[in-house]
Amino acid sequence: MLEVKNISKTFNPGTVNEKQALKGLSLTLRDGDFVTVIGGNGAGKSTMLNAIAGTWKVDEGQILIDGVDVTKYPEHKRAVFLGRVFQDPMNGTAATMGIEENLALALRRGDKRTLRIGINKEERKLYRDMLAKLGLGLENRLTSKVGLLSGGQRQALTLLMATLKKPKLLLLDEHTAALDPKTAAKVLETTESIVNQDRLTTLMITHNMRDAIHIGNRLIMMNNGRIIYDVSGEEKAKLTVEDLMHKFAEASGEEFANDRMMLAR
Amino acid sequence: MNIMSLVNALPGAAAQGLIWGIMAIGVYITYRILDIADLTVDGSLCTGGAVCIMMMLKGNNVWVSMAAAFGAGMAAGLVTGLLHTFMGIPAILSGILTQLGLWSVNLKIMGKANQAINVDKYQLLVSLRFIKNVPFYKNTILVVALITVVLIVILYWFFGTELGCSLRATGCNDKMARAQGINTDFSRVLALMISNGLVALSGGLLAQYQGFADINMGRGAIVIGLAAVIIGEAVFSRIFHNFGLKLLAVSFGSIIYYLVLQVVIWRGIDTDLLKLLQAAVVAVFLAIPVWQERYFSKPVKKGGNS
Repeated sequence: MLEVKNISKTFNPGTVNEKQALKGLSLTLRDGDFVTVIGGNGAGKSTMLNAIAGTWKVDEGQILIDGVDVTKYPEHKRAVFLGRVFQDPMNGTAATMGIEENLALALRRGDKRTLRIGINKEERKLYRDMLAKLGLGLENRLTSKVGLLSGGQRQALTLLMATLKKPKLLLLDEHTAALDPKTAAKVLETTESIVNQDRLTTLMITHNMRDAIHIGNRLIMMNNGRIIYDVSGEEKAKLTVEDLMHKFAEASGEEFANDRMMLAR
Repeated sequence: MNIMSLVNALPGAAAQGLIWGIMAIGVYITYRILDIADLTVDGSLCTGGAVCIMMMLKGNNVWVSMAAAFGAGMAAGLVTGLLHTFMGIPAILSGILTQLGLWSVNLKIMGKANQAINVDKYQLLVSLRFIKNVPFYKNTILVVALITVVLIVILYWFFGTELGCSLRATGCNDKMARAQGINTDFSRVLALMISNGLVALSGGLLAQYQGFADINMGRGAIVIGLAAVIIGEAVFSRIFHNFGLKLLAVSFGSIIYYLVLQVVIWRGIDTDLLKLLQAAVVAVFLAIPVWQERYFSKPVKKGGNS
Protein backbone atom coordinates (compact mmCIF):
# COMPACT_ATOMS: atom_id res chain seq x y z
CA MET A 1 0.00 0.00 0.00
CA LEU A 2 2.72 2.45 1.04
CA GLU A 3 6.35 2.07 0.09
CA VAL A 4 8.81 4.61 1.36
CA LYS A 5 12.26 3.93 -0.06
CA ASN A 6 15.32 5.46 1.46
CA ILE A 7 14.06 9.04 1.81
CA SER A 8 16.16 11.88 3.17
CA LYS A 9 15.34 15.48 3.97
CA THR A 10 17.55 18.27 5.20
CA PHE A 11 16.03 21.57 6.30
CA ASN A 12 17.88 24.88 5.88
CA PRO A 13 20.88 23.28 4.14
CA GLY A 14 24.08 25.28 4.30
CA THR A 15 22.97 27.43 7.24
CA VAL A 16 23.59 27.27 10.96
CA ASN A 17 20.07 25.91 11.32
CA GLU A 18 20.80 22.96 9.07
CA LYS A 19 18.91 19.93 10.30
CA GLN A 20 18.88 16.54 8.69
CA ALA A 21 15.40 15.45 9.68
CA LEU A 22 15.20 12.19 7.73
CA LYS A 23 18.18 9.99 7.06
CA GLY A 24 17.52 7.32 4.48
CA LEU A 25 14.24 6.21 5.99
CA SER A 26 12.43 3.21 4.51
CA LEU A 27 9.04 1.84 5.44
CA THR A 28 6.56 -0.51 3.81
CA LEU A 29 2.95 -0.79 4.90
CA ARG A 30 0.67 -3.63 3.92
CA ASP A 31 -2.96 -3.15 3.08
CA GLY A 32 -4.92 -2.65 6.29
CA ASP A 33 -1.92 -2.04 8.54
CA PHE A 34 -2.65 0.27 11.47
CA VAL A 35 0.75 1.53 12.54
CA THR A 36 1.46 3.66 15.59
CA VAL A 37 4.57 5.84 15.48
CA ILE A 38 6.44 6.93 18.60
CA GLY A 39 9.70 8.74 19.24
CA GLY A 40 11.14 11.74 21.04
CA ASN A 41 10.81 15.34 19.91
CA GLY A 42 12.75 15.96 16.72
CA ALA A 43 12.88 12.25 15.89
CA GLY A 44 11.36 12.95 12.46
CA LYS A 45 7.86 11.55 13.01
CA SER A 46 5.94 14.53 11.67
CA THR A 47 8.61 15.05 9.02
CA MET A 48 7.97 11.52 7.77
CA LEU A 49 4.23 12.16 7.56
CA ASN A 50 4.77 15.48 5.80
CA ALA A 51 7.13 13.78 3.35
CA ILE A 52 4.43 11.23 2.51
CA ALA A 53 1.77 13.96 2.27
CA GLY A 54 3.99 16.06 0.01
CA THR A 55 4.16 19.25 2.10
CA TRP A 56 7.57 19.64 0.43
CA LYS A 57 9.65 17.41 -1.79
CA VAL A 58 12.18 14.97 -0.34
CA ASP A 59 15.86 15.40 -1.20
CA GLU A 60 16.38 11.73 -1.99
CA GLY A 61 14.38 8.54 -2.19
CA GLN A 62 11.06 7.45 -3.53
CA ILE A 63 7.50 7.27 -2.23
CA LEU A 64 4.89 4.93 -3.71
CA ILE A 65 1.27 4.86 -2.64
CA ASP A 66 -0.83 1.97 -3.93
CA GLY A 67 1.86 1.29 -6.53
CA VAL A 68 1.88 4.87 -7.85
CA ASP A 69 5.13 6.79 -7.65
CA VAL A 70 4.03 10.06 -6.03
CA THR A 71 7.52 11.38 -5.26
CA LYS A 72 7.12 14.25 -7.70
CA TYR A 73 3.42 14.90 -7.05
CA PRO A 74 2.52 18.21 -5.40
CA GLU A 75 0.58 18.09 -2.15
CA HIS A 76 -2.87 18.61 -3.63
CA LYS A 77 -2.38 15.77 -6.12
CA ARG A 78 -1.33 13.34 -3.42
CA ALA A 79 -4.47 14.22 -1.51
CA VAL A 80 -6.32 11.84 -3.85
CA PHE A 81 -4.77 8.97 -1.89
CA LEU A 82 -4.57 10.49 1.57
CA GLY A 83 -6.75 11.40 4.51
CA ARG A 84 -5.03 13.67 7.00
CA VAL A 85 -5.69 14.92 10.51
CA PHE A 86 -3.30 17.43 12.02
CA GLN A 87 -2.20 18.08 15.58
CA ASP A 88 -3.69 21.57 15.68
CA PRO A 89 -7.49 21.38 15.48
CA MET A 90 -7.43 24.72 13.60
CA ASN A 91 -5.54 23.20 10.68
CA GLY A 92 -7.91 20.55 9.42
CA THR A 93 -11.05 22.58 8.79
CA ALA A 94 -12.10 25.89 7.26
CA ALA A 95 -13.34 27.95 10.21
CA THR A 96 -15.43 30.48 8.30
CA MET A 97 -17.30 27.80 6.37
CA GLY A 98 -20.19 25.67 7.58
CA ILE A 99 -19.93 22.08 8.83
CA GLU A 100 -21.68 20.77 5.72
CA GLU A 101 -19.52 22.92 3.45
CA ASN A 102 -16.38 21.46 5.01
CA LEU A 103 -17.71 17.95 4.55
CA ALA A 104 -18.68 18.71 0.96
CA LEU A 105 -15.13 19.86 0.25
CA ALA A 106 -13.86 16.59 1.70
CA LEU A 107 -16.32 14.43 -0.24
CA ARG A 108 -14.83 15.86 -3.44
CA ARG A 109 -11.23 15.21 -2.48
CA GLY A 110 -9.37 14.21 -5.62
CA ASP A 111 -12.26 15.12 -7.93
CA LYS A 112 -12.21 17.97 -10.39
CA ARG A 113 -14.01 20.98 -8.92
CA THR A 114 -16.71 21.91 -11.38
CA LEU A 115 -19.46 24.49 -11.61
CA ARG A 116 -21.98 22.06 -10.17
CA ILE A 117 -23.62 23.12 -6.96
CA GLY A 118 -21.30 22.67 -3.98
CA ILE A 119 -23.65 20.61 -1.79
CA ASN A 120 -26.71 18.64 -2.87
CA LYS A 121 -29.63 17.21 -0.93
CA GLU A 122 -28.59 13.54 -0.78
CA GLU A 123 -25.23 14.60 0.60
CA ARG A 124 -26.87 16.47 3.44
CA LYS A 125 -28.60 13.29 4.53
CA LEU A 126 -25.32 11.38 4.38
CA TYR A 127 -23.61 14.05 6.45
CA ARG A 128 -26.37 14.07 9.03
CA ASP A 129 -26.11 10.28 9.42
CA MET A 130 -22.35 10.31 9.70
CA LEU A 131 -22.30 13.20 12.16
CA ALA A 132 -24.92 11.43 14.27
CA LYS A 133 -22.53 8.48 14.58
CA LEU A 134 -19.94 10.78 16.15
CA GLY A 135 -22.36 11.38 19.01
CA LEU A 136 -21.43 15.04 19.42
CA GLY A 137 -24.78 16.52 18.48
CA LEU A 138 -23.36 18.04 15.31
CA GLU A 139 -26.02 16.45 13.09
CA ASN A 140 -28.40 19.30 13.85
CA ARG A 141 -25.85 22.01 13.24
CA LEU A 142 -25.02 21.37 9.58
CA THR A 143 -24.87 25.04 8.65
CA SER A 144 -23.01 26.23 11.76
CA LYS A 145 -19.62 27.73 11.12
CA VAL A 146 -16.84 25.33 12.08
CA GLY A 147 -15.09 28.16 13.92
CA LEU A 148 -17.78 27.88 16.61
CA LEU A 149 -16.88 24.27 17.43
CA SER A 150 -14.62 23.11 20.25
CA GLY A 151 -11.21 21.61 19.53
CA GLY A 152 -12.48 18.08 20.12
CA GLN A 153 -15.45 18.60 17.84
CA ARG A 154 -13.20 20.02 15.16
CA GLN A 155 -10.82 17.06 15.38
CA ALA A 156 -13.72 14.61 15.18
CA LEU A 157 -15.05 16.50 12.16
CA THR A 158 -11.60 16.53 10.54
CA LEU A 159 -11.40 12.78 11.09
CA LEU A 160 -14.73 12.34 9.41
CA MET A 161 -13.59 14.56 6.53
CA ALA A 162 -10.37 12.57 6.16
CA THR A 163 -12.28 9.32 5.84
CA LEU A 164 -15.48 10.45 4.14
CA LYS A 165 -13.96 9.48 0.84
CA LYS A 166 -12.09 6.31 1.72
CA PRO A 167 -8.37 7.16 1.55
CA LYS A 168 -5.67 4.68 0.54
CA LEU A 169 -3.74 5.85 3.56
CA LEU A 170 -4.81 7.75 6.66
CA LEU A 171 -2.19 10.02 8.25
CA LEU A 172 -2.82 11.06 11.85
CA ASP A 173 -0.26 13.50 13.21
CA GLU A 174 -0.74 13.47 16.99
CA HIS A 175 -4.33 14.37 16.36
CA THR A 176 -5.32 14.05 20.02
CA ALA A 177 -2.31 15.83 21.56
CA ALA A 178 -3.98 19.25 21.76
CA LEU A 179 -7.11 17.91 23.45
CA ASP A 180 -7.94 17.38 27.10
CA PRO A 181 -7.64 13.72 28.23
CA LYS A 182 -11.36 12.97 28.15
CA THR A 183 -11.89 14.47 24.69
CA ALA A 184 -8.70 12.84 23.46
CA ALA A 185 -9.98 9.43 24.57
CA LYS A 186 -13.26 10.02 22.77
CA VAL A 187 -11.57 11.12 19.53
CA LEU A 188 -9.24 8.13 19.74
CA GLU A 189 -12.18 5.80 20.20
CA THR A 190 -13.84 7.31 17.13
CA THR A 191 -10.58 6.91 15.22
CA GLU A 192 -10.40 3.21 16.04
CA SER A 193 -13.98 2.56 15.10
CA ILE A 194 -13.67 4.36 11.74
CA VAL A 195 -10.35 2.71 10.88
CA ASN A 196 -11.59 -0.75 11.82
CA GLN A 197 -14.88 -0.36 10.04
CA ASP A 198 -13.30 0.68 6.73
CA ARG A 199 -10.10 -1.36 7.25
CA LEU A 200 -8.05 1.75 6.50
CA THR A 201 -4.29 1.61 6.21
CA THR A 202 -3.20 4.08 8.87
CA LEU A 203 -0.11 5.80 10.22
CA MET A 204 -0.73 7.39 13.62
CA ILE A 205 1.83 9.42 15.52
CA THR A 206 1.27 9.49 19.24
CA HIS A 207 3.07 10.59 22.35
CA ASN A 208 1.12 8.18 24.49
CA MET A 209 3.02 4.89 24.72
CA ARG A 210 0.08 3.06 26.18
CA ASP A 211 -2.04 4.03 23.17
CA ALA A 212 0.80 3.12 20.86
CA ILE A 213 0.86 -0.38 22.30
CA HIS A 214 -2.86 -0.98 22.54
CA ILE A 215 -3.95 0.48 19.24
CA GLY A 216 -3.14 -0.95 15.83
CA ASN A 217 -1.30 -4.04 14.68
CA ARG A 218 2.17 -2.59 14.33
CA LEU A 219 4.38 -0.10 16.13
CA ILE A 220 7.44 1.76 14.94
CA MET A 221 9.82 3.82 17.03
CA MET A 222 11.81 6.63 15.46
CA ASN A 223 14.94 8.39 16.54
CA ASN A 224 17.15 10.87 14.78
CA GLY A 225 15.50 10.57 11.37
CA ARG A 226 15.43 6.77 11.28
CA ILE A 227 13.21 3.92 12.32
CA ILE A 228 14.98 2.19 15.19
CA TYR A 229 12.38 -0.37 16.18
CA ASP A 230 9.59 -2.04 14.23
CA VAL A 231 7.32 -4.59 15.84
CA SER A 232 3.99 -6.13 14.90
CA GLY A 233 1.43 -8.80 15.65
CA GLU A 234 1.79 -11.01 18.72
CA GLU A 235 5.06 -9.51 19.74
CA LYS A 236 3.58 -6.00 19.76
CA ALA A 237 0.55 -7.07 21.75
CA LYS A 238 2.82 -8.36 24.51
CA LEU A 239 4.81 -5.12 24.79
CA THR A 240 4.80 -3.02 27.95
CA VAL A 241 5.72 0.63 28.37
CA GLU A 242 8.87 -0.49 30.21
CA ASP A 243 9.83 -2.64 27.23
CA LEU A 244 9.55 0.37 24.97
CA MET A 245 11.67 2.54 27.25
CA HIS A 246 14.26 -0.19 27.35
CA LYS A 247 14.19 -0.65 23.58
CA PHE A 248 14.65 3.04 23.11
CA ALA A 249 17.70 3.21 25.36
CA GLU A 250 19.14 0.15 23.68
CA ALA A 251 18.59 1.27 20.10
CA SER A 252 19.48 4.91 20.50
CA GLY A 253 22.07 4.66 23.24
CA GLU A 254 20.25 7.41 25.12
CA GLU A 255 17.86 7.53 28.00
CA PHE A 256 14.29 8.04 26.94
CA ALA A 257 13.91 11.21 28.92
CA ASN A 258 11.20 13.07 27.12
CA ASP A 259 8.86 14.78 29.57
CA ARG A 260 5.70 14.17 27.61
CA MET A 261 6.64 10.54 27.12
CA MET A 262 7.19 10.05 30.84
CA LEU A 263 3.87 11.63 31.65
CA ALA A 264 2.13 9.47 29.15
CA ARG A 265 3.04 6.28 31.00
CA MET B 1 -23.15 76.28 1.86
CA ASN B 2 -26.38 76.18 -0.07
CA ILE B 3 -28.23 73.05 0.97
CA MET B 4 -29.76 72.76 -2.51
CA SER B 5 -26.34 72.42 -4.10
CA LEU B 6 -25.75 69.43 -1.85
CA VAL B 7 -29.13 67.88 -2.63
CA ASN B 8 -28.48 68.33 -6.32
CA ALA B 9 -25.10 66.66 -6.04
CA LEU B 10 -26.29 63.61 -4.10
CA PRO B 11 -27.75 61.55 -7.00
CA GLY B 12 -24.47 61.90 -8.86
CA ALA B 13 -22.59 60.84 -5.74
CA ALA B 14 -24.86 57.82 -5.38
CA ALA B 15 -24.25 56.85 -9.01
CA GLN B 16 -20.51 57.12 -8.54
CA GLY B 17 -20.79 55.12 -5.34
CA LEU B 18 -22.65 52.37 -7.18
CA ILE B 19 -20.05 52.24 -9.94
CA TRP B 20 -17.18 52.12 -7.45
CA GLY B 21 -19.21 49.55 -5.55
CA ILE B 22 -18.62 47.03 -8.34
CA MET B 23 -14.91 47.61 -7.92
CA ALA B 24 -15.31 47.22 -4.15
CA ILE B 25 -16.99 43.85 -4.69
CA GLY B 26 -13.87 42.86 -6.61
CA VAL B 27 -11.76 44.02 -3.68
CA TYR B 28 -13.99 42.05 -1.31
CA ILE B 29 -13.20 38.86 -3.24
CA THR B 30 -9.46 39.24 -2.76
CA TYR B 31 -9.43 40.98 0.62
CA ARG B 32 -12.10 39.00 2.44
CA ILE B 33 -12.42 35.70 0.58
CA LEU B 34 -8.81 35.17 -0.50
CA ASP B 35 -7.31 37.11 2.44
CA ILE B 36 -4.95 39.06 0.18
CA ALA B 37 -4.77 42.84 -0.23
CA ASP B 38 -4.41 43.02 -4.00
CA LEU B 39 -2.92 46.31 -5.16
CA THR B 40 -3.34 45.43 -8.84
CA VAL B 41 -6.68 47.23 -8.74
CA ASP B 42 -5.09 50.69 -8.87
CA GLY B 43 -3.88 49.76 -12.35
CA SER B 44 -6.60 47.42 -13.57
CA LEU B 45 -9.35 49.98 -12.93
CA CYS B 46 -7.72 52.27 -15.46
CA THR B 47 -7.07 49.33 -17.81
CA GLY B 48 -10.79 48.66 -17.80
CA GLY B 49 -11.61 52.28 -18.50
CA ALA B 50 -8.99 52.55 -21.22
CA VAL B 51 -10.02 49.35 -22.99
CA CYS B 52 -13.71 50.21 -22.82
CA ILE B 53 -13.26 53.75 -24.17
CA MET B 54 -10.82 52.76 -26.92
CA MET B 55 -13.05 49.91 -28.06
CA MET B 56 -16.02 52.25 -28.22
CA LEU B 57 -14.04 54.91 -30.07
CA LYS B 58 -13.19 52.20 -32.62
CA GLY B 59 -16.92 51.71 -33.12
CA ASN B 60 -17.63 48.67 -30.97
CA ASN B 61 -20.87 48.12 -29.14
CA VAL B 62 -20.85 49.24 -25.50
CA TRP B 63 -21.51 45.72 -24.17
CA VAL B 64 -18.72 44.25 -26.30
CA SER B 65 -16.43 47.00 -25.02
CA MET B 66 -17.31 46.29 -21.42
CA ALA B 67 -16.80 42.56 -21.94
CA ALA B 68 -13.37 43.39 -23.36
CA ALA B 69 -12.65 45.55 -20.31
CA PHE B 70 -13.61 42.63 -18.07
CA GLY B 71 -11.30 40.36 -20.05
CA ALA B 72 -8.43 42.85 -19.82
CA GLY B 73 -8.91 43.03 -16.04
CA MET B 74 -8.82 39.25 -15.83
CA ALA B 75 -5.55 39.27 -17.76
CA ALA B 76 -4.11 41.75 -15.24
CA GLY B 77 -5.29 39.47 -12.41
CA LEU B 78 -3.68 36.52 -14.18
CA VAL B 79 -0.34 38.33 -14.23
CA THR B 80 -0.53 39.14 -10.52
CA GLY B 81 -1.62 35.58 -9.81
CA LEU B 82 1.30 34.08 -11.70
CA LEU B 83 3.77 36.48 -10.07
CA HIS B 84 2.42 35.36 -6.71
CA THR B 85 2.11 31.60 -7.27
CA PHE B 86 4.42 30.55 -10.10
CA MET B 87 7.15 33.05 -9.22
CA GLY B 88 6.62 32.97 -5.47
CA ILE B 89 6.51 36.74 -4.95
CA PRO B 90 4.52 37.93 -1.90
CA ALA B 91 0.96 38.89 -2.85
CA ILE B 92 1.26 42.59 -1.99
CA LEU B 93 4.46 42.97 -4.00
CA SER B 94 2.99 41.04 -6.94
CA GLY B 95 0.10 43.50 -7.03
CA ILE B 96 2.44 46.48 -6.88
CA LEU B 97 4.56 45.12 -9.73
CA THR B 98 1.54 44.52 -11.95
CA GLN B 99 0.13 47.92 -11.07
CA LEU B 100 3.39 49.59 -12.05
CA GLY B 101 3.61 47.67 -15.30
CA LEU B 102 0.00 48.49 -16.10
CA TRP B 103 0.83 52.20 -16.07
CA SER B 104 2.75 51.70 -19.32
CA VAL B 105 0.21 49.26 -20.69
CA ASN B 106 -2.60 51.73 -20.03
CA LEU B 107 -0.69 54.54 -21.74
CA LYS B 108 -0.12 52.30 -24.76
CA ILE B 109 -3.78 51.32 -24.90
CA MET B 110 -4.89 54.95 -24.87
CA GLY B 111 -1.96 56.38 -26.83
CA LYS B 112 -1.93 59.34 -24.44
CA ALA B 113 -2.75 60.06 -20.83
CA ASN B 114 -6.39 60.92 -21.39
CA GLN B 115 -9.03 59.82 -23.89
CA ALA B 116 -12.41 61.49 -23.94
CA ILE B 117 -15.62 60.07 -25.36
CA ASN B 118 -18.50 62.24 -26.48
CA VAL B 119 -21.77 61.26 -24.88
CA ASP B 120 -23.74 62.70 -27.82
CA LYS B 121 -21.89 60.70 -30.46
CA TYR B 122 -21.61 57.33 -28.76
CA GLN B 123 -24.20 55.05 -27.23
CA LEU B 124 -22.96 55.15 -23.64
CA LEU B 125 -24.62 52.96 -21.03
CA VAL B 126 -24.02 55.38 -18.18
CA SER B 127 -23.09 59.02 -17.96
CA LEU B 128 -23.26 61.89 -15.51
CA ARG B 129 -25.66 63.40 -18.05
CA PHE B 130 -28.04 60.46 -17.46
CA ILE B 131 -28.79 61.28 -13.84
CA LYS B 132 -31.61 63.76 -14.27
CA ASN B 133 -34.10 64.54 -17.03
CA VAL B 134 -33.79 61.16 -18.74
CA PRO B 135 -36.34 58.34 -19.06
CA PHE B 136 -36.10 56.21 -15.92
CA TYR B 137 -34.77 53.16 -17.81
CA LYS B 138 -31.81 55.22 -18.99
CA ASN B 139 -31.07 56.56 -15.54
CA THR B 140 -27.52 55.69 -14.61
CA ILE B 141 -28.41 54.87 -11.02
CA LEU B 142 -30.96 52.28 -12.16
CA VAL B 143 -28.68 50.84 -14.85
CA VAL B 144 -25.72 50.40 -12.51
CA ALA B 145 -27.97 49.08 -9.75
CA LEU B 146 -29.27 46.42 -12.15
CA ILE B 147 -25.77 45.49 -13.29
CA THR B 148 -24.71 45.24 -9.63
CA VAL B 149 -27.62 42.96 -8.76
CA VAL B 150 -26.91 40.71 -11.76
CA LEU B 151 -23.23 40.50 -10.80
CA ILE B 152 -24.09 39.69 -7.18
CA VAL B 153 -26.47 36.92 -8.30
CA ILE B 154 -23.77 35.43 -10.53
CA LEU B 155 -21.14 35.65 -7.77
CA TYR B 156 -23.55 34.19 -5.22
CA TRP B 157 -24.12 31.24 -7.54
CA PHE B 158 -20.44 30.86 -8.34
CA PHE B 159 -19.21 30.83 -4.74
CA GLY B 160 -21.77 28.13 -4.02
CA THR B 161 -20.41 25.80 -6.68
CA GLU B 162 -17.70 23.20 -6.09
CA LEU B 163 -15.16 25.48 -7.72
CA GLY B 164 -16.32 28.53 -5.76
CA CYS B 165 -16.22 26.59 -2.49
CA SER B 166 -12.65 25.55 -3.25
CA LEU B 167 -11.72 29.23 -3.63
CA ARG B 168 -13.28 30.07 -0.28
CA ALA B 169 -11.52 27.14 1.38
CA THR B 170 -8.20 28.32 -0.06
CA GLY B 171 -8.64 31.77 1.44
CA CYS B 172 -9.79 30.42 4.78
CA ASN B 173 -7.23 27.65 5.34
CA ASP B 174 -4.91 26.75 2.51
CA LYS B 175 -3.33 23.87 4.39
CA MET B 176 -6.72 22.23 4.75
CA ALA B 177 -7.56 23.06 1.14
CA ARG B 178 -4.48 21.26 -0.15
CA ALA B 179 -5.17 18.30 2.12
CA GLN B 180 -8.56 18.09 0.43
CA GLY B 181 -6.93 18.02 -2.98
CA ILE B 182 -7.51 21.65 -3.92
CA ASN B 183 -4.83 23.25 -6.08
CA THR B 184 -4.48 26.40 -3.99
CA ASP B 185 -2.26 28.12 -6.56
CA PHE B 186 -4.97 27.72 -9.18
CA SER B 187 -7.59 28.98 -6.72
CA ARG B 188 -5.57 32.11 -5.98
CA VAL B 189 -4.99 32.90 -9.64
CA LEU B 190 -8.65 32.37 -10.49
CA ALA B 191 -9.88 34.56 -7.63
CA LEU B 192 -7.45 37.33 -8.61
CA MET B 193 -8.70 37.11 -12.19
CA ILE B 194 -12.36 37.36 -11.21
CA SER B 195 -11.62 40.21 -8.82
CA ASN B 196 -9.68 42.26 -11.35
CA GLY B 197 -12.24 41.51 -14.05
CA LEU B 198 -14.86 43.16 -11.85
CA VAL B 199 -12.54 46.06 -11.08
CA ALA B 200 -11.92 46.65 -14.79
CA LEU B 201 -15.63 46.43 -15.53
CA SER B 202 -16.16 49.09 -12.92
CA GLY B 203 -13.39 51.13 -14.59
CA GLY B 204 -15.20 50.81 -17.92
CA LEU B 205 -18.41 52.13 -16.38
CA LEU B 206 -16.57 54.90 -14.56
CA ALA B 207 -14.86 56.09 -17.75
CA GLN B 208 -18.20 56.23 -19.53
CA TYR B 209 -19.76 57.99 -16.58
CA GLN B 210 -17.18 60.75 -16.42
CA GLY B 211 -16.81 60.86 -20.21
CA PHE B 212 -13.13 60.00 -20.37
CA ALA B 213 -10.52 57.46 -19.38
CA ASP B 214 -7.55 58.90 -17.57
CA ILE B 215 -4.20 57.39 -16.64
CA ASN B 216 -4.72 58.52 -13.03
CA MET B 217 -8.28 57.30 -12.61
CA GLY B 218 -7.29 54.27 -10.53
CA ARG B 219 -4.99 56.00 -8.12
CA GLY B 220 -5.94 55.00 -4.59
CA ALA B 221 -8.69 52.68 -5.83
CA ILE B 222 -7.66 49.96 -3.36
CA VAL B 223 -8.23 52.40 -0.49
CA ILE B 224 -11.71 53.29 -1.74
CA GLY B 225 -12.44 49.59 -2.18
CA LEU B 226 -11.30 48.77 1.33
CA ALA B 227 -13.27 51.71 2.71
CA ALA B 228 -16.42 50.42 1.01
CA VAL B 229 -15.86 46.89 2.32
CA ILE B 230 -15.26 48.13 5.86
CA ILE B 231 -18.14 50.61 5.91
CA GLY B 232 -20.47 47.98 4.46
CA GLU B 233 -19.48 45.50 7.14
CA ALA B 234 -19.64 48.05 9.94
CA VAL B 235 -23.16 49.15 9.02
CA PHE B 236 -24.75 45.91 7.82
CA SER B 237 -22.86 42.99 9.39
CA ARG B 238 -25.46 42.55 12.13
CA ILE B 239 -28.34 42.16 9.71
CA PHE B 240 -26.71 40.74 6.55
CA HIS B 241 -25.44 37.20 7.04
CA ASN B 242 -26.10 35.67 3.65
CA PHE B 243 -23.16 35.83 1.24
CA GLY B 244 -25.16 37.65 -1.45
CA LEU B 245 -26.30 40.25 1.07
CA LYS B 246 -22.72 40.71 2.23
CA LEU B 247 -21.77 41.62 -1.33
CA LEU B 248 -24.73 43.99 -1.43
CA ALA B 249 -23.46 45.55 1.80
CA VAL B 250 -20.16 46.29 0.05
CA SER B 251 -22.03 48.13 -2.70
CA PHE B 252 -24.03 50.06 -0.07
CA GLY B 253 -20.77 50.80 1.74
CA SER B 254 -19.42 52.37 -1.41
CA ILE B 255 -22.55 54.50 -1.85
CA ILE B 256 -22.35 55.67 1.76
CA TYR B 257 -18.71 56.50 1.23
CA TYR B 258 -19.46 58.70 -1.79
CA LEU B 259 -22.42 60.39 -0.12
CA VAL B 260 -20.28 61.25 2.91
CA LEU B 261 -17.51 62.42 0.61
CA GLN B 262 -19.98 64.70 -1.15
CA VAL B 263 -21.04 66.18 2.17
CA VAL B 264 -17.41 66.75 3.12
CA ILE B 265 -16.76 68.51 -0.19
CA TRP B 266 -19.93 70.56 0.24
CA ARG B 267 -18.71 71.65 3.66
CA GLY B 268 -15.84 73.24 1.77
CA ILE B 269 -12.83 71.10 2.63
CA ASP B 270 -9.70 71.77 0.63
CA THR B 271 -10.00 68.99 -1.99
CA ASP B 272 -6.22 68.63 -2.09
CA LEU B 273 -6.56 67.04 1.33
CA LEU B 274 -9.13 64.43 0.26
CA LYS B 275 -6.69 61.58 -0.34
CA LEU B 276 -5.04 62.18 3.02
CA LEU B 277 -8.45 62.08 4.63
CA GLN B 278 -9.32 58.87 2.79
CA ALA B 279 -6.11 57.20 3.89
CA ALA B 280 -6.58 58.31 7.50
CA VAL B 281 -10.20 57.12 7.64
CA VAL B 282 -9.36 53.68 6.20
CA ALA B 283 -6.34 53.35 8.50
CA VAL B 284 -8.49 54.02 11.56
CA PHE B 285 -11.23 51.64 10.42
CA LEU B 286 -8.67 48.89 9.77
CA ALA B 287 -7.26 49.46 13.25
CA ILE B 288 -10.58 49.30 15.08
CA PRO B 289 -10.96 45.49 15.11
CA VAL B 290 -7.32 45.15 16.21
CA TRP B 291 -7.81 47.67 19.01
CA GLN B 292 -11.02 46.00 20.08
CA GLU B 293 -9.17 42.72 20.36
CA ARG B 294 -6.21 44.23 22.17
CA TYR B 295 -7.77 46.70 24.58
CA PHE B 296 -11.43 45.93 24.96
CA SER B 297 -11.84 42.18 24.73
CA LYS B 298 -12.65 40.21 27.84
CA PRO B 299 -9.85 37.92 29.00
CA VAL B 300 -11.23 34.61 27.73
CA LYS B 301 -9.11 31.54 27.14
CA LYS B 302 -7.84 31.51 23.59
CA GLY B 303 -7.90 28.47 21.32
CA GLY B 304 -10.85 26.19 21.01
CA ASN B 305 -10.30 23.15 23.18
CA SER B 306 -13.44 21.68 24.60
